[in-house]
Amino acid sequence: MSEPNRSDPTLIIRGGIVIDATGERRADVVVANGRIQEVGDGLVVPTGATVLDAGRCVVSPGLVDLHAHLREPGHEEAETIETGTRAASLGGYTAVVAMPNTNPPLDSADAVRNVVELARTATAQVAVAGAITVGRAGQRLAPMAELAALGVRLFTDDGAGVQSAGLMRRALEYARGLGATLAQHCEDGSLACDGAMHEGAWSSRLGIPGMPALAEEVMVARDIALARVTGSRIHFLHLSTAPSIELVRQAKAAGLPVTAEVAPHHFSLTDACAAGYDPVFKVNPPLRPQCDVDAVKAGLADGTVDAIATDHAPHAPEFKDLPFDLAPPGVLGLQTALSLAITELDLPLTRILALLSWQPAAIAGLDPSNRGGQGGPITPGAESNLCVIDPTATWTVDPMTLASRSRNTPYAGRTLTGRVRHTVFRGEPVVIDGEAQR
Amino acid sequence: MAERERSHTRPRGAVFVPRAQVMSAADVHRAITRMSHEIAERNRGLEHLVLIGLQTGGVPIAERLAASLETVESTTIPVGILDVAFYRDDIGLRPVLPEAVTDISFDLTGATVVLVDDVLFTGRTVRAALNAVSEYGRAQAVQLAVMVDRGHRELPIRPDYVGKNLPTRRDEMVDVTEDGVALGDVVGR
Amino acid sequence: MNQFPHHLLSIDDLGPDGIGEVLRVADSFVEVGHRANPKVPALRGRTVATLFFEDSTRTRVSFETAAKRLSADVLSFAVGSSSVKKGESLRDTVETIEAMGIDAIIIRHPSSGAPTRVAGWVTNLSVINAGDGWHEHPTQALLDLYTVRQALGGGDEGMDRFKSLQVVIVGDIRHSRVARSQVAAYAALGAEVTLVAPPTLLPPSIDGWPIAAVSHDIDNELPSADVVSLLRLQSERGSGEFVPSLREYTTRFGLTGRRAAMLKPETLILHPGPMVRGVEIASEVADLPAAHITGQVSNGVAVRMAVLFLMLGQSPVEGSSNV
Repeated sequence: MSEPNRSDPTLIIRGGIVIDATGERRADVVVANGRIQEVGDGLVVPTGATVLDAGRCVVSPGLVDLHAHLREPGHEEAETIETGTRAASLGGYTAVVAMPNTNPPLDSADAVRNVVELARTATAQVAVAGAITVGRAGQRLAPMAELAALGVRLFTDDGAGVQSAGLMRRALEYARGLGATLAQHCEDGSLACDGAMHEGAWSSRLGIPGMPALAEEVMVARDIALARVTGSRIHFLHLSTAPSIELVRQAKAAGLPVTAEVAPHHFSLTDACAAGYDPVFKVNPPLRPQCDVDAVKAGLADGTVDAIATDHAPHAPEFKDLPFDLAPPGVLGLQTALSLAITELDLPLTRILALLSWQPAAIAGLDPSNRGGQGGPITPGAESNLCVIDPTATWTVDPMTLASRSRNTPYAGRTLTGRVRHTVFRGEPVVIDGEAQR
Repeated sequence: MAERERSHTRPRGAVFVPRAQVMSAADVHRAITRMSHEIAERNRGLEHLVLIGLQTGGVPIAERLAASLETVESTTIPVGILDVAFYRDDIGLRPVLPEAVTDISFDLTGATVVLVDDVLFTGRTVRAALNAVSEYGRAQAVQLAVMVDRGHRELPIRPDYVGKNLPTRRDEMVDVTEDGVALGDVVGR
Repeated sequence: MNQFPHHLLSIDDLGPDGIGEVLRVADSFVEVGHRANPKVPALRGRTVATLFFEDSTRTRVSFETAAKRLSADVLSFAVGSSSVKKGESLRDTVETIEAMGIDAIIIRHPSSGAPTRVAGWVTNLSVINAGDGWHEHPTQALLDLYTVRQALGGGDEGMDRFKSLQVVIVGDIRHSRVARSQVAAYAALGAEVTLVAPPTLLPPSIDGWPIAAVSHDIDNELPSADVVSLLRLQSERGSGEFVPSLREYTTRFGLTGRRAAMLKPETLILHPGPMVRGVEIASEVADLPAAHITGQVSNGVAVRMAVLFLMLGQSPVEGSSNV
């Protein structure tokens, strides 16, 4: 999709196990001019090449995040494209899909062009998701064809779901001619009301207004029905409940064109985290009880869920230093997603990488089959977007050392397994030994 | 009174271990009788005399003094109960909780008040009692009766009637019960 | 008993022993309240601040009176909920107050958990929850317990009677901080609590609530009740979303004269106020001798004095050298 824009010095990643969609093998990888030049065991180090040690590590296609809030433009105090993509690089990502709920929202060609321009020097590819409706207000369709012409492949009003079934139907029909996928934040407003956490035993005890699981599930069910009628592709963002996962499982069994993602916090935390009223545990969809966490994990294990997406949602401290119900929802995710998957999921690393790299790349239209350079097999000629992972290293999350401008990680103090060692973006080693290079 | 708070200072679980019996039950009885005579002698006719026992140790002594005065002078002496917890100046240095509700069901204006306590120590309880008692009217005079004066005063307060003067170390403890007066130590703190 | 808690955020902070201690100490303050000069010097030199993000003159004045009768200095921060929107964060406000050297902050906030958050930000000062969102209003529940104990004979005897006491709480339990504190408090003392409300005004889940039963039929519950505690139905809840109308609510759940006649003669009727006569309670019932509405108000100062005294009378006063 994009050509390497600089003539990089040669790079060799030595001594690792290469894992991609085609399988697993011991191999060194030589990178030159932004492309993979050679892959094989025991390669000779080219003269003048930078050597990245990958001993006891896995070399994977770079990770692809379907769901990041980079906050620029509009909330630069929380995150910028520069800081957000630096966090992404440190988390092993070479591409992130930037959600359109910026200010102004990404609902016009100008707004999209602005973000593309801002992302030109970023350390990861920024794929823009466009809004489905103007202003994400759920009233009128955004100029989807204009945005698609600028490369937008994913449309969503994320932050809110499209409430009107009729409008969503029209959007799905319209998108069919554009090769675009609609992504839905499933939340029926009339059921969610002003809920600030999962409606259940904990919300009842804490006196926090609850958002029922039903608010998510009715929209999943509705949109599956719309997908059946329209034949259009639909992607479900951050599913969080057992019935949602089951609905997608049945839709896939029926051959409908649906895909689904889950966020790391929905397989690692429960609604009991709200007990101390700390809004660092406030997310939307909210943290759910253990039975839903188990269902999310089961969905990841059996292939119902296609991707792990961060829903990286930075908020400046002054917005999280509020009572629970007044604070905005969202947690940081880019630097912890891979480690949480390795720590929390009982899945082979190959499956985890599929969920974090090549499957989301395909959903976002960033993979080689869509003429993109993300998530593809590690073979000569491919664009060199790679990450090197030490799957056994442990580290402790310290909010102050994260690259994001914000500090709202719910994992402070938690020790996780699996760490990104190097990240190579279009031939450039943007992370070496866990340190961002720019 | 001072002793009570001391024994109730947290952490609880401290025990009083007696070392020497300094007054027998009979000694206490004799002291009560003597003190009641002294009170009667100093306040002729016992008109407008009231006794106020300080919670908790002073209350039974006040009652026994009243009974004795009744025998001596054939008149009924009103007895009140005063808890000075809220008037102490050492709240915050040690936990002082009210032991019982204050019960003074008569106006003290013009009365001669005899404050009664079991042990006089630093004098801070009596100072608090003087403040507290003033809330119930302007007494004509206030006097002080204690079973044991153990010294170590921190305020210019002196008893009018004393059962026994007992030199002590500061860290010792005096325990006044119906069975007599014992000197000992508090252990387990 | 253990150390009295440094903060009072919920009834669970106290436990049965702490509740017992508050009620016992409150007895002394009731006596103080009957004196010509109802003031004691117990908290001289201490400063407490009220910080109310929601209007409640009754609760604020009750706390301020309690603090003043203990000779504490009282600062009243009148915070309209608008200033939250204006931008000063709750954290900044509280840190400013703490920097003034205040000993305790009494906070009322429309958000559940706000006092808990505040307690996490301060270093020394004590936080007292004067009502947070739908979460808790611990001193109101303590006041109810005090009133019930008094009616049951007072003292230890009254305390013992809480065991096996049949308590019926009627009304908008879903949105009620008072109900959550009451349930915890009555249960801590061994009472059997029954919640009575239309399903829409019950919490979405009562998993883990220490209650005996839930009922949608008040007529079934009244004959065996020892205490009937009514909650205020805010008029916006009766506007069609939770119950069709106030009139229909009164018909199904109001304590009417007919229903009051079903009660045992010794049954107590409690209402935390402000009550809406003709909705949750009929006017003639509110004026019955069994209705403890004003009694609760006058006991409120004594109970809050007890809480303040127990919290602030226990930690060292800076700069005092006398032992």
